[in-house]
Amino acid sequence: MVRAATPMLEVNRLRKIYADSSRTVEAIRDVSFGVGQGELVCIVGPSGAGKTTLLKCIAGLLAPSSGEIVLEGQPVIEPPPAMAVVFQEYGRSLFPWMTVHDNVMLPLKHKKIDAGRREELVRDALAAVDLKGVEAAYPWQLSGGMQQRVAIARAVAYEPHVLLMDEPFAAVDAQTRADLEDLIRVLWRRLRVTVLFVTHDIDESVYLGQRVLVMSHAPTVIMEDVAIDLPDERTQLETRSMARFGELRKHIYSQIQLAKQGWRPPTE
Amino acid sequence: MNAAVPSLFRRIAVMLALPVALIATWWFASADSQNFYFPPLRTILQTFSKLWFSSQATQNVVPSLVRFSIGYLAAGLLGIAIGIPVGASRNLRNVLEPVLEFLRAVPPPVLVPVLILFTGLGNEMKALVIVFGCIWPVLLNTVAGVRALDEVLAEVVRSYRIRPFARFWHFILPGASPQIFTGLRQSLSIGLILMVVSEMYAAKDGIGFALVQYQRTFAIPEMWSGIIVLGIIGIGLSLIFRAFEAWILGWYHGLRQSQRAS
Repeated sequence: MVRAATPMLEVNRLRKIYADSSRTVEAIRDVSFGVGQGELVCIVGPSGAGKTTLLKCIAGLLAPSSGEIVLEGQPVIEPPPAMAVVFQEYGRSLFPWMTVHDNVMLPLKHKKIDAGRREELVRDALAAVDLKGVEAAYPWQLSGGMQQRVAIARAVAYEPHVLLMDEPFAAVDAQTRADLEDLIRVLWRRLRVTVLFVTHDIDESVYLGQRVLVMSHAPTVIMEDVAIDLPDERTQLETRSMARFGELRKHIYSQIQLAKQGWRPPTE
Repeated sequence: MNAAVPSLFRRIAVMLALPVALIATWWFASADSQNFYFPPLRTILQTFSKLWFSSQATQNVVPSLVRFSIGYLAAGLLGIAIGIPVGASRNLRNVLEPVLEFLRAVPPPVLVPVLILFTGLGNEMKALVIVFGCIWPVLLNTVAGVRALDEVLAEVVRSYRIRPFARFWHFILPGASPQIFTGLRQSLSIGLILMVVSEMYAAKDGIGFALVQYQRTFAIPEMWSGIIVLGIIGIGLSLIFRAFEAWILGWYHGLRQSQRAS
């Protein structure tokens, strides 16, 4: 798929160094990439590749040491209103003292929209993630997969232009994970939202993405920007058994192996 | 038959067994007592019903409970109001910690004579003594609760740009509430003790005042009955507290149960 002319999100020469009194750790060395409007881009890398650091910088939760993040032409210096984040730890990212309904509703309260529209957004978002009839339940009464659906519904109801997902399915079982992957594809196509999806799972990145950015070990650089030329209609059974899927998977796998050995792209 | 019914009976039986046994022992052991200081329980209970179901109740119990309620609630509110900013700010903690440690180490009853100088013998003094004793468990537990707030939830709050008031009301306060309730529970018994102590020093009514009067006039059954009244008030307050806690912290007990089950 061709990259859109106007980038929704730009990451320019991002660098992040954690420093305290005793030592400094260079987490991200030099990362630049763009995400076009409506794209679904996956970021894949070995564990310890600074994926979460990168995502937090993009989300405006962490200040970069140098470089910049630009969202819709505006530099990101704090969490932007046009962005929503789904975190990995579903068990800790929902408010246990609030019902499912109130969890999804909370971020909408400060938006300047009337109460009826808010309720409509909550209802639609819960329906979009196939959660109905659990509005009055507390998150801890639901299974892990359902809790992560609530977190996704909360992000969807917020009507973001960019949806950031930080290994959202790392902690759920394989079957639930497959269902949630399909859900993301469906939501992305229906809502035409831009999605940046971080994962350590190569198969997941190939299955979901239009592009896959392969990250090196920390200090992180981008090894390769891989275009995923699989058909837009994807199903767990057919897509994953395609020859092309295997090739892409193998290619990214070998890149990750190189990354683990400390190999860097020559342009650095 | 439903298995839950006998088990409920059993639980109540287990709960009441020891108190009933103790009361029975007291009753029979003291039945023929000629000892002036340990009158028969029968006499004490007769005095009890005569004394505390009469004007005594309004004269002495009501003022005590009013002082306790005002002091305890003020301590709770102040403890939370101070504890939240202190828990949220490391700088504030560093500045305040030595002072707080010192104030906490001062036994509240020694303040009674001091407070009499400033506020007189009235209810203000007694409420202030209770505030001074009850505030520390609430304050320190609130600080600990705010410090232990979940980092992931804090990031959720930031990334969704939740406004300061909603952040306080929907995140900080409920997040710290299990710890806050731990502090409030500890303060409950401290408050009762200080209520009685402050009334023993200088007062013209209250349960503590009545106890001292009975003791000085050698009205021994009356004195014992006053102690029983205090015990009953303690149980009553603790039951009210538990009901309130179960209502506010229902989510927390459910969460804990679901975590244990998995």
